[in-house]
Amino acid sequence: MTDEPRKGGYIRQAWLVILLALIYGAALAGTQTALGPRIAENKRQETYAAIPELVGVVGEDEAGPMEIVAEDQEDEDGQRTYKILVGDVVAGWILAPVVPGEDGREQCVYKVLAADKAIAGWVLPATGQGFADRIDVLIGVTANVSTITGLYVLDQKETPDLGSRITGEAFRDQFRDMPTDRPVEVVPSAPGAGQIRAARTGATISSQSVADIVNRTIANLKTPLRKLQQEGGQRPPEQ
Amino acid sequence: MSPSQPTAAERFINGILPENPVYRQLLGMCPTLAVTGAMEPAMTMVGATAFVLISANVITSLIRGLLKPHLRILVFTLTIATFVTIADRFLAAYVYEMSKVLGPYVPLIIVNCIIISRCEICASKQGVGVALADAIGMSLGFGLALASIATVREILGKGEWFGVTVLGEAWPNWGIMALPPGAFLTLGLLLALANWIGQRRAEALAAREKGTEG
Repeated sequence: MTDEPRKGGYIRQAWLVILLALIYGAALAGTQTALGPRIAENKRQETYAAIPELVGVVGEDEAGPMEIVAEDQEDEDGQRTYKILVGDVVAGWILAPVVPGEDGREQCVYKVLAADKAIAGWVLPATGQGFADRIDVLIGVTANVSTITGLYVLDQKETPDLGSRITGEAFRDQFRDMPTDRPVEVVPSAPGAGQIRAARTGATISSQSVADIVNRTIANLKTPLRKLQQEGGQRPPEQ
Repeated sequence: MSPSQPTAAERFINGILPENPVYRQLLGMCPTLAVTGAMEPAMTMVGATAFVLISANVITSLIRGLLKPHLRILVFTLTIATFVTIADRFLAAYVYEMSKVLGPYVPLIIVNCIIISRCEICASKQGVGVALADAIGMSLGFGLALASIATVREILGKGEWFGVTVLGEAWPNWGIMALPPGAFLTLGLLLALANWIGQRRAEALAAREKGTEG
């Protein structure tokens, strides 16, 4: 009888697996507790380093190394303000207010102020399902959320050398200067206005996933951000 | 332990050249082809794989008396997945940029056949010392293979080794070597070289034995 070796009940058969699962689970929890803050800090630094260029506060050919420095004071929401320095010159500020989206959920966005303290634009962190795993992106938009100013892929595990090309400039640059009055469309080739080419990655699903993330995020935050801009978004940080 | 099982020293030596996981067993082809465009990612991959292989072999050997035949693959996979996750988190915490360069290949160590095969062939049958020696030998063999392929690809593809220029400005970088076709070409040629050397040695040994008998 084929079930003969499994006599004695599931626990007697699988106690080692259950015990190992508990031990390994505890080990992974410990690892995450110990390393999680450091990983989060790495991601935060990468995010803040990408923000200035996404809204055009700092150009690629900017003279001097760029540095993001935390200001001492926090805003009324307890959020810290970050100063963008290029060499010794202040190029702008980054604030991270929490904004209620159209879907009713609150979301953290990055408000970027230029050197003259006017809103240079917003950077919207967004997440969605890709082909293989979650895709995390940053979407740069103008102050009135009328145009996309840039796209940066923070994290992805798409097929290497295929879907992973969503991180490349050739793919990301297609979003630059795209109006937000209609959803971004993915087409196989020869894109028109508001369209991107899937051929830039060779991976239709990954390209479509990024386009969906961008469309969903902008649709969710366009109105609240415009309202925020009109209500007092121009207020410069306290000096 | 069965008397026919190799000793710790034999396991160690076998892993480096005679049973090299890449050149002799053709295992671990995914990282071999994917991360050997340069030495830095290749060596980081070797380090992560070695950590997982050594940990999985030691744990498997320690619990080998408790393993039930029909659950052993599950236990191996559970053990390997845990250590791969720890390696992945460690890289993301301390070498974040390299972690991003390696991308999904670190989580993919879970399905690296070198590790599960060593758990099955050696660690589930022999003591901790032998399992440890086997894991270290196999890790060195894997490292040797990836280093040889990455060296050829990085030098010919970029004129560099570990990011340091070695061929100078005059070298017209062979871009194809840094791309996937370069990985297949290099692996194929080095594999042919390894087989040729192995064959020559076997023939020389056979001729020597024949001479002794005569």
